[in-house]
Amino acid sequence: MEPRHVSVKNGDAALLVGTMKGAFLLRSDRSRRRWDAGGPYFAGTPVYALAFDGRSGRRRVWAGTSSEHWGPGLASSDDFGRTWTNPKEVPIKFPADTDASVKRIWQIRPGRAGEADTLYVGVEPAALFESRDAGKQWSLVRGLWDHPHRPMWQPGGGGLCLHTILPDPVHLRRLFVAISTGGVYRSDDGGATWRASNKGVRADFLPDKDPEFGQCVHKIVMHPSRPERLFLQNHWGLYRSEDGGDSWQDIANGVPSDFGFAMAMHPHDADTVYILPLESDEFRVTPEQKLRVYRTRDGGRSWEALTRGLPQKGALETVLRDAMDTDRMNPAGVYFGTRSGKVFGSTNGGAAWTCVMDGLPPVVCVKAAVVGEAPGAGAGPRSGARAGTAKRPAAVQPRATARPRATAKPRATAKPRAAAKPGGRSRTARGAAAGKR
Amino acid sequence: MPVTFFVPGYLRAYTAGAGKVTIPRAPSDVGAALAALCDLHPGVRDRVLNERGEVRQHVNVFVGNESIRFTGGLGTPVAEGSEIWIVPAVSGG
Repeated sequence: MEPRHVSVKNGDAALLVGTMKGAFLLRSDRSRRRWDAGGPYFAGTPVYALAFDGRSGRRRVWAGTSSEHWGPGLASSDDFGRTWTNPKEVPIKFPADTDASVKRIWQIRPGRAGEADTLYVGVEPAALFESRDAGKQWSLVRGLWDHPHRPMWQPGGGGLCLHTILPDPVHLRRLFVAISTGGVYRSDDGGATWRASNKGVRADFLPDKDPEFGQCVHKIVMHPSRPERLFLQNHWGLYRSEDGGDSWQDIANGVPSDFGFAMAMHPHDADTVYILPLESDEFRVTPEQKLRVYRTRDGGRSWEALTRGLPQKGALETVLRDAMDTDRMNPAGVYFGTRSGKVFGSTNGGAAWTCVMDGLPPVVCVKAAVVGEAPGAGAGPRSGARAGTAKRPAAVQPRATARPRATAKPRATAKPRAAAKPGGRSRTARGAAAGKR
Repeated sequence: MPVTFFVPGYLRAYTAGAGKVTIPRAPSDVGAALAALCDLHPGVRDRVLNERGEVRQHVNVFVGNESIRFTGGLGTPVAEGSEIWIVPAVSGG
């Protein structure tokens, strides 16, 4: 299948969407009212990892492909998908002495803004790879691979994956990774040594509920202006750390469930985080058949439901750990994709949503960027815009007609559904499933 | 007699478009034949074999009509004139 292509220019909003059957690259002008979609790229192949690298004037899209037949691949494009690198030798490979092989690339993370040629990749089985030459050569981060905990990490439902990588923008030798199921690990020496950073994060699926490691962390996020603070979406549990992961506090205050995968940081506010709760680990769909993003604007002390423009009836949706992101515009764009093949977007920080694209294969990855801006750079504001409908690639046009979703009743400041009990364990779905976990 | 590989569509991106590749000197077994194929077309290696040198789980290799999974894996003997088929497994959704 020949993909449709779209072109981008500096200042455009870009949305990278990875699905179980290929990748789609969307662009819009700064208004983000209408999106043009290119793709499918790598048609038929799962694309779990996408990244946009805008450092040093680049417009580089990275894609981690995971063919069930032909194994993993790592490709990049400097022309928004028209051409991709296709190296004869797959660049992400375990050294022979490890007796391991890469099953899937889960995460591609450009390094700090000041380290324009540094990139990180997280893979399954859980391991971290690093490149210092803009992705030409990669090496296994031995300090993590040789960690004595590693043989005791166990695969979760998605496999034993290293799915999140957070380089600290202030402490330049500090790096966080999150592993399912291993937990959060932090290095303070550039990856040479690592220690588990899970104190306070529960592991409800283990006999020991408070182990040093082994937690099933689904996502961690950090705001660059306040890197000692992190937020964590756990396999049951929402947490915040104020000390760089040394300890974690429960912040599941007034959410319908503290089970979920996706979590995204507001680009300009270190107190604002987005999550998408799911009912339970046994029934991984949106609670009460309502598709609701939850937002905190006070660092997790309270959460509010964001529903305007999102289906509030019959919505049995699932949003996975890497399928939510924010752009750096002002007001911030917030985006997420569902396993049912829809991508929703908000151009006002979540106050209202529209369906950006529909009829896709199951969405596993959504990444937002502003073309021509390196991470950390500001973006020109243009308020009042709303997300709109994507012009679909010709190749997938017959499958569905993308159009804005029916607008739901405005509910900008929804009340918390349930007050947290002392100790923060008052989630309805959690309680219902507690006896089975 | 040479040995002939039949290459599926996906891998032809790495064989200059060829669906049929002939190894002029007869190798002793499938592993040696694959090594010779990968010397000619290096991009085939990482798609058919993993880092441990194993045939990927969802890739099947046949010598004639026999899957090497049941005939000794990469150690399966190759006779002169053999036809070796690389076939993606019928799997997925």
